[in-house]
Amino acid sequence: MKSKKDKLDDLAAASAGRSLSGEAFRRMARSPVAITGAVITGLFVLLAIFAPLIAPKDPYERSMQGSVQLGKGIIPGPMPGYPLGVDDFGRDLLSRLLVGAQQTLVVGVMATLIGLAAGILIGGTAGAVGGWVDTVLMRFVDVLLSVPSLLLAISVAALAAKPNQWTVIIAVSIVTVPVFARLLRGAMLAQRSSDHVLAATSLGVKRRTIVLRHMLPNALGPVIVQATLTLATSIIEAASLSFLGLGDPDPSRAEWGLMLGNASSKFLDIRPELAYYPAIAIIIVALGFTLLGESMREALDPKNRR
Amino acid sequence: MLRFIVRRLLQAIPTLLILSILVFAWLRLLPGGPAGALLGDKATPEKIADLNRVLGLDQPIFVQYFKFLGRILTGDFGSSLASGQPVLSEIGFALPATIELSVGALIIAVGLGIPFGYLAARFRAGILDNAVIIVTLVGVAVPVFFLGYFLQDNFAELLGLPSSGRQSSGLDATHVTGFAVLDGVLTQEWDAAWDAIEHLILPAIALATIPLAVIVRITRASVLDVLNEDFIRTAQSKGLRQPTIRRRHVLRNALLPVATTIGLQTGLLLGGAVLTEKVFNIRGIGYLLAEGIERRDYPRLQALILLGAVVYVVVNMLVDISYGIIDPRVRVR
Repeated sequence: MKSKKDKLDDLAAASAGRSLSGEAFRRMARSPVAITGAVITGLFVLLAIFAPLIAPKDPYERSMQGSVQLGKGIIPGPMPGYPLGVDDFGRDLLSRLLVGAQQTLVVGVMATLIGLAAGILIGGTAGAVGGWVDTVLMRFVDVLLSVPSLLLAISVAALAAKPNQWTVIIAVSIVTVPVFARLLRGAMLAQRSSDHVLAATSLGVKRRTIVLRHMLPNALGPVIVQATLTLATSIIEAASLSFLGLGDPDPSRAEWGLMLGNASSKFLDIRPELAYYPAIAIIIVALGFTLLGESMREALDPKNRR
Repeated sequence: MLRFIVRRLLQAIPTLLILSILVFAWLRLLPGGPAGALLGDKATPEKIADLNRVLGLDQPIFVQYFKFLGRILTGDFGSSLASGQPVLSEIGFALPATIELSVGALIIAVGLGIPFGYLAARFRAGILDNAVIIVTLVGVAVPVFFLGYFLQDNFAELLGLPSSGRQSSGLDATHVTGFAVLDGVLTQEWDAAWDAIEHLILPAIALATIPLAVIVRITRASVLDVLNEDFIRTAQSKGLRQPTIRRRHVLRNALLPVATTIGLQTGLLLGGAVLTEKVFNIRGIGYLLAEGIERRDYPRLQALILLGAVVYVVVNMLVDISYGIIDPRVRVR
């Protein structure tokens, strides 16, 4: 039930002709879910940017390698100077987790951006051009959608002769392309038959301008929501690929998915924290992006706009 | 109705054909080409040239494709590099384990998902609803393989459950179908059946989390939608009893989108099975795939990717068809 105040606000918004996105933003600013999501993602991004400055030690220096005895199952836990202990190479776990935020953000953002760019190109073209171009592109997209996502990521990652960070990012991003493409195409089609596009067409506005200025910006809403949600799943899928041995084989890189993938299969008996800490970090960040995405979806849903 | 089914069947054909082209191209995109991938470390230029001739890779590309298509249509996927066995028989051997695991996970996901989703919607914004929302959000954020290890590490001992494999090693169980639980029931070796179920519990829970979260949320949203419908108000105003309304009007209509979602979960289950089977050491399809990745066993991977997609396409087609049976409006589109 909406309170009286909300109803009045909505009425004011309607009469002032406030835009859907402006109103959505206003609604999000009042939603505890949206605020929680925004705070988590905000902190994560800040951490990612400033991690190298905050990290107490060099995350790559194997300073305690002498006290790690994998054969005997000894990986030292917390000690002075190493509040969370060290990893299997004797590197400070806390510093690796902090710097890991940066690498994890890079993986999530790059995978999402690549998928988004390809998806917008395919979906936007299909929706704007229509006809046989639309049919061919959407057939292709449907085929990609018909492969279970992890299987698709695996098949792309397995193509790489030498896996590295970028093969993981590209494998994870390809999974998202068909989703973005389908969403954008649907939204573009809806735009094509809308009154403002008809108005622009009858005014003689150039086709390219109509597509780029009138259709695309209005169709991007659901895609942006999906991108936020994709950031979370990309990070998790990258972790799964690392776990399956398709990740970056470079042991020095500090990335949460890689740390989790390595530690959960190898060191859970010796020092479960090596897996638990990156897992908790991934869960919190994935949760943050999901909360933000879901509340954006809810706020942009015209059904909630009365 | 028949026309709808036939049309839906025909729609799947181009998808499968394009898929076969992609998988065909995939093997040719491999570093060193298919011959290089087959030979692995033993590859020398002469050997590659030899093998190319043997495999017919020196022929025009479309001839190669049609030969490939002919072979997979007759069920010939070549031999696995890791075991030397025909890939198809390997898969046939591993399939029961994965089906058993997926069915177990699906039972958990559907059995808990629909009641919890329904209750959350019925007591909207209550404690249960909020708890369900939080748990589903966290559930989606947990990497499946980590959850598997977490359960294995913390709950196997606590609950006295086995944490790896499909059956206890000392057990003398008769194998009939390859489905461990079913075999136990068929041969009335109840201890064997129970043993197999015990082995399934933890991996099935790990595999079920994400589908469970999805089913709960779809059920909740769908029930909320139906509750706002006019026909519910009509039913209430004509004085139908609440339980009747809930069962006959709300649940029946709300479960339609849920049915579609369950079909879509097969893809998630297949992907999740790869991770879960590796964690719990279950020799199913996912285990074959994980091992295939480690050993770069491309013929096996090719077959698994193609068959995985085919299963997904077929399941979704069946879901669409059953949807058409339940809801006549779908047929018209």
